[in-house]
Amino acid sequence: MKSDAVIELRNVSKAYERHTVLRNINLQVRAGEFLTLLGPSGCGKTTILRLLAGFEQADSGEILIAGRDMRALPPEQRHINTVFQSYALFPHLTVFENVAFGPRLQGVRGADLQERVLEALRMVKLEDYSARRPGQLSGGQQQRVAIARAVVNRPLVLLLDEPLSALDYKLRKAMQIELKQLQRRLGITFIFVTHDQEEALSMSDRVAVMNAGRIEQLGTPRQIYETPENLFVARFVGEINTLFGRVVAVDPPYYDICVHERIVRLKSKFIFASGDRVNILIRPEDLRIWREHEGSDEERATLFPAAVEDVVYKGSTVDLIIRLDNGDRLSTTQFFNEDDQAIVNLDFQPGERVFVDWVHDWEVILPHED
Amino acid sequence: MSVKRAARIAYLLLIYGFLYLPILVLVVYSFNDSKYSLEWRGLTWDWYQALLDDPDLWQVALNSALIATLSATVATVIGTMAAVALYRYRFFGKTLLNGLVFVLMLTPDIVMGIALLILFTSLSLPLGFWTLLLAHITFSIPFVVVSVLSRISGFDRYLIEAAKDLGASEFQTFRRVLLPMLAPAVLAGWLLSFTLSMDDVMVSFFVTGPSFEILPLKIYSMVRLGVTPEINALCTLMLGVTLSMVLVAQALLRDRGT
Repeated sequence: MKSDAVIELRNVSKAYERHTVLRNINLQVRAGEFLTLLGPSGCGKTTILRLLAGFEQADSGEILIAGRDMRALPPEQRHINTVFQSYALFPHLTVFENVAFGPRLQGVRGADLQERVLEALRMVKLEDYSARRPGQLSGGQQQRVAIARAVVNRPLVLLLDEPLSALDYKLRKAMQIELKQLQRRLGITFIFVTHDQEEALSMSDRVAVMNAGRIEQLGTPRQIYETPENLFVARFVGEINTLFGRVVAVDPPYYDICVHERIVRLKSKFIFASGDRVNILIRPEDLRIWREHEGSDEERATLFPAAVEDVVYKGSTVDLIIRLDNGDRLSTTQFFNEDDQAIVNLDFQPGERVFVDWVHDWEVILPHED
Repeated sequence: MSVKRAARIAYLLLIYGFLYLPILVLVVYSFNDSKYSLEWRGLTWDWYQALLDDPDLWQVALNSALIATLSATVATVIGTMAAVALYRYRFFGKTLLNGLVFVLMLTPDIVMGIALLILFTSLSLPLGFWTLLLAHITFSIPFVVVSVLSRISGFDRYLIEAAKDLGASEFQTFRRVLLPMLAPAVLAGWLLSFTLSMDDVMVSFFVTGPSFEILPLKIYSMVRLGVTPEINALCTLMLGVTLSMVLVAQALLRDRGT
């Protein structure tokens, strides 16, 4: 474990004047992995990149790259390259010269240089554009040049600072796939910064969710999405419904929890005591909607009565906003199901009376936070 | 409607006439075949020929060109470095320095001339070539700073970091990224300084001595004996040179914008 960490941050803190941006960050990045730093703006994710690149100095703690302490090393001597959010291409140089900038400084010349630059341009499918200037390229093409300019140096680690945020939706989707494929092909460690949770989940091997200078949770996209460790992570990564409850009986790992005057028996990896207040978190796609004529009276006794407030047709799904009779608002996502005739149309009407429950065990129970 | 329009055109013509007619008259009279009268007597190149044949005047013109070239070059080097420093680094007194650049630009020439005169005499420097050169460098620097700074401020602020990220040292970053991108503004600053130096009367009047004569002062002293067609011709030539330089500078600043 220790040997394959290409980057290691130990107790790293950083403040600008009196404003603390990083608090005691500990992070190990494995060689060859795609790690994403995900968080709202101002959470410190970009600062981590700048510390790694060498544009900023940490106030305390250690930063190791390939086992070497980086503190005294200026950016130009680090074996790390960055793809900037604005691309920062040199406008006075052609695409070829932009990509050749790094290798030239390393002393690569002549045919070697030609070959290396063209190889990098081929990789991003821009070999026909080498004579153009950045100003003559589209946003997506400039983005690719920025990537080629960085990877041509064969860095240990590639840092990407929200590189897709300036692209339109379709292009961004396409570039996400391309970037992921490129990373697999090159085997270079990618550290990717974004505030877009969908982007983070779909591209990364691991995601570090950050908030207010701390890493709230580090894990695979699946762990982050399905078992968030706290309310911040749960709410930041995807949409989630929160039901408030109180523990009434304890039988670890099972707990009887009173939710809206109904007792539900749920499993949790946390230890709770009787009387503890908890939040039950349920993803919209895990909520089940029952129409009035569905289910027996017996089944219905365990369901929560509600009314449909809004119906949002999204093509492959229908999102319902429903209000429980006690006033809580929940959002649900219903998939068209060919096998279930009752649901197949999903033709819910606003105001319609329904019943709600969820697939037990797919919820996450967290201690209540004020 | 058409009356309003005609009035508008007349108004415009009046403004342009007021601004440019005197210059036009000067240019026209430089071709007038009459030594003393303002009466138009036909076209001639005689006055330009007379200028060419005057070795004294040539010497003075060369002096001016020398001062302009040297002061523009030194001011460009200093001004460019100052602009880069103002953009790149945070240091004590940066805001003050930035403000002082503009103060220097707005200082009345007569104040600057007298101030420099006091400085030079208190240092007991003999007035002549060197004092003139120093003075011209001084008043040219702010124009270079402003020209370069306005261009550099438009740059992507991550360009310098990108260069360092790719392995460029501080000097390589300056040489390979900043300087080529700033080149048009640097050249424009040089041209501006050159023209400022070429036609400065006020400051030069105070800081030069009889040993070193320059064109604007020469013309000034010639005019005291009356405006002759030679002076018109000389002024027309200077106008031509200055105008073309300013046009080139403008074109450089506009062109190749990023």
